[in-house]
Order: sequence, then structure tokens, then C-alpha cells
Amino acid sequence: MTDSKDINTLAKNTWCPGCGNFAILNGIKAVLASLNEEGFPLEKVVLVSGIGCHAKIVDYINLNSFYSIHGRTVPVAEGIKLANPELKVICFAGDGDAYGEGLEHLIFAAKRNIDITMIIHNNRVYGLTTGQYTPTSPLGFKGRSTPEGTLELPLNPLELLLSSGATFLARGTSHGLKLLKIIFKEAIMHKGFSLVDVLQVCVTYFNMYEYYAKRVYELKDHNPLEHSTALNKIREWDYNSDVPIALGTFYKKEMPTFEEKFLKYKISPQTKRDFKIEEILKESI
Amino acid sequence: MDDFSVLIGGKAGDGIDKAGLILARILNRLGFRLYIYRDYPSVIRGGHTFSIIRASQNKIAAHRDKVDFVLALNKETLDLHRNRLKKDCFFIYDSEQINPANIATCGIGIPLGNILKEENALPVMRNSCLIGAFCKTAGIAWNVLEEVLKRNVSKEIELNLKVARRGYNAAQELVKIEPVSQTVLPLLSGNAAIGLGLIKAGLRAYIAYPMTPSSPILHFLADIAGDFALKVIHPESEIGVILMALGFSYAGEKVAVGTSGGGFCLMTEGVSLAAMAELPIVVIVGQRPGPSTGLPTYSSQTELHFVLNAGHGEFGRFLIAPGDVEQSYYWSAMALNMAWKYQMPSFILSDKNLGEGIFNFDIAAIDEIKEEMPLSWDRKPSYKRYLNTESGISPLAFVPDKEAVIKINSYEHDEYGITTEEPQTTKMMQDKRLRKERYLAEELEGYETVKVYGNNNSSTALLCWGSNKGVCLEAGENLGLKVIQPIVLSPFPLHQFQEALKGVKKLVNVEDNATAQLAKLIRGYGFNPDKNLLKYDGRPFSLDELEAQLSKII
Repeated sequence: MTDSKDINTLAKNTWCPGCGNFAILNGIKAVLASLNEEGFPLEKVVLVSGIGCHAKIVDYINLNSFYSIHGRTVPVAEGIKLANPELKVICFAGDGDAYGEGLEHLIFAAKRNIDITMIIHNNRVYGLTTGQYTPTSPLGFKGRSTPEGTLELPLNPLELLLSSGATFLARGTSHGLKLLKIIFKEAIMHKGFSLVDVLQVCVTYFNMYEYYAKRVYELKDHNPLEHSTALNKIREWDYNSDVPIALGTFYKKEMPTFEEKFLKYKISPQTKRDFKIEEILKESI
Repeated sequence: MDDFSVLIGGKAGDGIDKAGLILARILNRLGFRLYIYRDYPSVIRGGHTFSIIRASQNKIAAHRDKVDFVLALNKETLDLHRNRLKKDCFFIYDSEQINPANIATCGIGIPLGNILKEENALPVMRNSCLIGAFCKTAGIAWNVLEEVLKRNVSKEIELNLKVARRGYNAAQELVKIEPVSQTVLPLLSGNAAIGLGLIKAGLRAYIAYPMTPSSPILHFLADIAGDFALKVIHPESEIGVILMALGFSYAGEKVAVGTSGGGFCLMTEGVSLAAMAELPIVVIVGQRPGPSTGLPTYSSQTELHFVLNAGHGEFGRFLIAPGDVEQSYYWSAMALNMAWKYQMPSFILSDKNLGEGIFNFDIAAIDEIKEEMPLSWDRKPSYKRYLNTESGISPLAFVPDKEAVIKINSYEHDEYGITTEEPQTTKMMQDKRLRKERYLAEELEGYETVKVYGNNNSSTALLCWGSNKGVCLEAGENLGLKVIQPIVLSPFPLHQFQEALKGVKKLVNVEDNATAQLAKLIRGYGFNPDKNLLKYDGRPFSLDELEAQLSKII
């Protein structure tokens, strides 16, 4: 199965009508189709998802996939990439998933600059567990576990990941499909750790559609190659204050990747293995 | 002297471990069979560290209470081990640190500091000097010592030889250890044997976060990675470890992970995922006393039920507890083969005594074992990752495959790997997964999963598992008892266990834990030990200790 036209599965889509996940699904399908047209074989793509509304995306795309567990898309993706560096590994993770339960893995993947792509469905609320605050919910967010409002400030994930060593960082929204396709493709083609934070609207538990519509703008005349410029732009909005929200690619840098630093070993046949085992035993006398 | 023990002691950082290994290799050269018990604290410098090197004409895997030689680098060694000295023990010591008054043994004092100063040698070379004195005392030829040092010391060998020679010359031959004429066998730790067994069965990647007593597997495999095309990775945590390993497994690379109880706690969500996703994985759990941090550098057999039950949900698993280095090698290879054949988690339950103990390894005594290839897809369209088959085993395809979409799922799923909550499919898939365990149990009937040793006619039998095999075997032979050791603990080898118990009227169960975990397991199958001998102070049974306890009850 490598025909990009036949990329849908028969699984019934169970996202709420109007869910921001549809934009991410359509965006990634379009990007995969264009990659395929350009000659990239889709059997070399592996999609990894966590647990949460976002994660159902792998059930809807008829490509290799690993529907993993909450918070753990990153190590699964790293394992797949290290086992076979030829593969393109694209992770879909929620904000609770990647920035909460799985934050440790995310920081280390950025630090290693392993060539995987993270697409974060950042709706700033737990949807599938019916509405609790996440690491990126604004201060005072009233969720089912914090009925009086949260007492903590949100994380700025892009700032955290920039300081962790990520080499590609971008932001989009679920109401900007055109831009989303551009940055998805750029992120997937980037050699190294890439992350796209998608401000995805949850229509049921945290509908930020109008809020975002009034504040987002696309980055222009921004130099993503410069770390300090990127940091300043990333700090412009802290995921809490009422200020303009920049969209686009904040940072991009070419650096050696983790998987390419691994020696390229040839599989050793049983006879050679047996010989080497014998050698080790002789040395152990 | 055909069965004797040498104790070497000093403080952590003195190089006791290495010195113990060199002593063992010297005696190994002479044709003896060796066992090293290593005792060290959870510190980098300071604290008392010692090794007991026991040599015998026969293969052994247990230490004795009393020792024939002591090599003492400090006074503490004398203070702490005074009760271990035999009456005619040779006490070889640093005469600048110890004044061994009132000991009825033959003392050989060596002025280590002075010799080192004269030779301008490093403090760690005190070991070489004492080893030199030991060899002379025991009548071991200089060339044996010279050859072993040359093979085992990579830095400053000339200086080490000089210092060893000074020690050799400073002592007198007081006893003659006669060489034994038999084949010299390699000396291997249980951890190394596990690593080599996995390699034998085609291991491609080893992933671990450091944790005693399993870290030496990580170090060993990292050192030899180039020789075997192994990818050895040390990620951010044990959660990262097992999930990364499942990524390797998905991509078709044979993989193992290793840890101890605390790290395994973190891995359990990954174990459950491996079971649902039917991804092959081998998990090594090296036991040490808990709960929690417990005694990091000591031993226990406390994780049997933890490992048997780890991971939520109901699923089959392959669990082995090897008892010696040969079993570690063979059954670790089996663990990898079976994980891939049945697409289920395999566990190697080891402990500090087995993992970090040093034993003679006799590869000629091990049955032939080869890498087994998993069931592969016959390429008839369309590929279903979770095809429901009679055995429950679905044929495998691996990414990238032009004709196959390979979907793995932690949710309950249909044959394609797409999420489902449909009741019939749910039941069908649960049955499919559990069926694999039944077929595995059937296949295992063809292997010796329960070992029986000693006097088969004895109506009293010792029951043991894991590293207690060594001490039980020897005590059993000395006392004329039968000894039963199940190696496979899941699926439980009921038939072979029943066979082993035939004619047994009194069953004495020996375990390194406080709650008799094996006894609890076999009670579920209708067997009940008559007596439990339990030890849970972190130290292994010595042969004398076990025999003394047994003599009270049989």
C-alpha cells in the first residue's frame, strides 16, 4: 500500500464535529501525498501516536503506525529511527501527553537531536478524560480537577525545547491549514529533531477559536537561523498573557543527528558471532 | 589442598574486585574450579569490600564460611573476618597497617607502603604485592603469576610485575598447592553469560539505564558492541528504555533491556504494552533486596511474584530463572528465541549473586542453541498484523514493506491493528493472545525446564531456584539428598515438576526472601513444601550455613 490516494482507513472518525484535529489530519495527509508525488515511498513512513483524542489520527491513515501509550511517543519513535534510520518517523502527541506525562523524553530527544518530527495537538485541555487542565492551560483555567481555577502558570514549550537543543521549532493553528501544510512539510524534511506546536481548538472543552483568531499573526522578516532572534520571538507569548501570537517557523538549525552518529554495523552472521564468542571465552581463562 | 578459600579485603576503591579476579585466574590456571563471592558496599570510596575466592577440584558455585588464606590490605579486614580464619589459616597482610597479635595463624607481614615507595609505585599496586606474597606462600610458580598479570593488567605492567616480585620475594613457601590436571575453563560472571546467550540468539540492541546489579550487562555489551553489530543505548530512564526497545522490536530488531526491581517498577507500563501490541521483548531483572532502594549491592530473590504479575491486564509471559552460568547462557538465548517466536515478553530473573558472581563456564556442557527466526508473512494480500491464527501467532512483516501496512496498537484492535471496542473482536483477540502461552507451554515440554540433581532415591528433596542452585546442589550431594530446580517459572512446568517430585516425602524449600515466594507459586498448583529455609539478609547461603540448617531438620 503506497498509493497516496488510498490513504484513508475504514475506521469511523469519532472526533467531535469542528474539532481542530481534522485540520491536522488533512494537513498531514496532504503533506504525505506531496512527499509521495516527489518520490518518497510511503512505506518508509511510520506514524506514532500517544493516547488522547489526537492519537486516533493513526487509525485514520492507512500507513505504518504505532499507536503507543500516554506520554511515550518519543522513545518509541526514537527506537524505530535508531533501528532503521531510513524511516521517516512522525509523532502525534497531545499537550498533556508530550508536555506532561512524557516531558522527560521530549527534552532528551531534543538534546540528542534525533531526526524525528513531533506534531503537538496543543488544545491546552485534556479532552478524552473530559476537561482537566494541562501543562499549557492558562493560569486560572477552570477544569474538572481545578474547579476554582489553576494555581500555576503554563509552560512555554517552545522556549523549553529551544534551550533543550531542538533544531526545528514552529507553531501553527488548526484554523490555518495553508500554513500548517507548509510547516508540517518543512518540519518533516528537516534533518534533526523538529517540533510543531499546533494551537488546536477543542470545541467541547476549551474553545479558543475566537481568542486565537483575534491574536495570531504570521512571522515575517524573521530570521529562524539565529538563536537569539528565535528566543525573543518565542518569548513574545508565554501561553498566558494577552498578546499577539506569532505563527510560523521560529528556529531552524542544521546539526549532526543522533542516529547518524551510531556506527553503521553490518549484521553479524551466526558463524562470525560464534567465533567472537569463542574469542571472548578464551580471553576469560 | 584440594578445596580451599582465599579472602581478599580492603576498602572500596582499593581494587579488590580486580585483585580477586586475578587470584581466581591464577588458581584457574592450575586447573582448579573457581567461584568468587563478591561483597561490596554501595559507595565509591571507603567502606569495606571483600571477595572470597573458593577453589575446588569439582565445579562449585557456593562459598564456605572458613577461609585458608587471607590477603588483608587494611586492619578492618582482620577485624571483620576474624571468625572466618581457620586455625591454620595463612594471614598475608600489610605489616604497616596491621599488627595481628593474638591470632593463632601463620602471619606473613609485607611492608607494602615501603615497597611501593621504593619502587615508586601507585597505591593500587599494593594488590599485586600481596598477590605476589600469596603465590610464594602457596608454592605457586612465579611464571604462573607473571603470565596472569600480563594478561590482566593493561597499565604499567612492568611496574606491577616488579611490585609483585617484591611481594613474592618477601614471603616464604609454607604450603604447596598442587596443580590439578583437568581442562582449564573460562571464568565468567552470570551477567556476562546472560549477555553472551542473548548475542548467541541474535541480539541486535541492548537498552538499559544503569542499576545494580544489572549495570555490568550494559557495560559488558557496550564494550563488545562493535564485535557483534550491537546497538547499545543508555536513555533517560527505564520508561524510556522499554519504550525505545519496543520501537526497535517494531522495526524488527531483536532487543533486550536490563534493570533491577526499582527500574522494573518504571517499566511495567511498557511490559503491558508489549503484551497487547504483541511485540517481542526480553527483560532482565537482577534482584536485590527491597523494598525501594533497599540494599543496592546485595542479593535477594524477592521479585518472583512481581515479575510474574507485572503489567496490567491478563497475558502470557515466558519467565526463566537460571541458576548458573551455563543455564544463564542457554536460557537467555531461549528467552530471546521464545519472545520472537511467540511475540510476548520474556523475563530473565537473575540476582546479584548470580549476576556478579564469577564461575567457571563450560560451553561443552550446554545443548546446542541457535537463533530462531520468527514466523514471517507469506506475502498473500492483504497483510494483517494481528491475523487470528490457530496458535495465536500472527505472521510478521517489518517496515518498510511495499505491500504491507504494519499497524501496532495499545488499544484493543482488530486484525489490521485498528482500534476496536467491539465485544466479539475483544474476546477473540484476548483468546488469541492467551492461546500463544498454551502453545509455548506445550513446546517447553520438549526441554528440561525442571532440573533434578543429587540422590534420586532420596525421599527428601531440596527445592531451589535461581542462584541458590549452586549451594543446594553441593549441600544435597554432601547430604545424599535429591535437589529440584525449576528453571522455567512461567508458563509453570507442571508436568515436569510433578515428575521431579515423584518419591519425595519431604520437600525443603530454600529461598533468599522472607515470604517463600516459590512456595507460594507452587501452592497454586497443589504442592506444599514441608519446610522453608529462608535467608533475607542480602547475603547468599554459604555451604556450611545451609548444611547446618539442613542437618537440624532432616
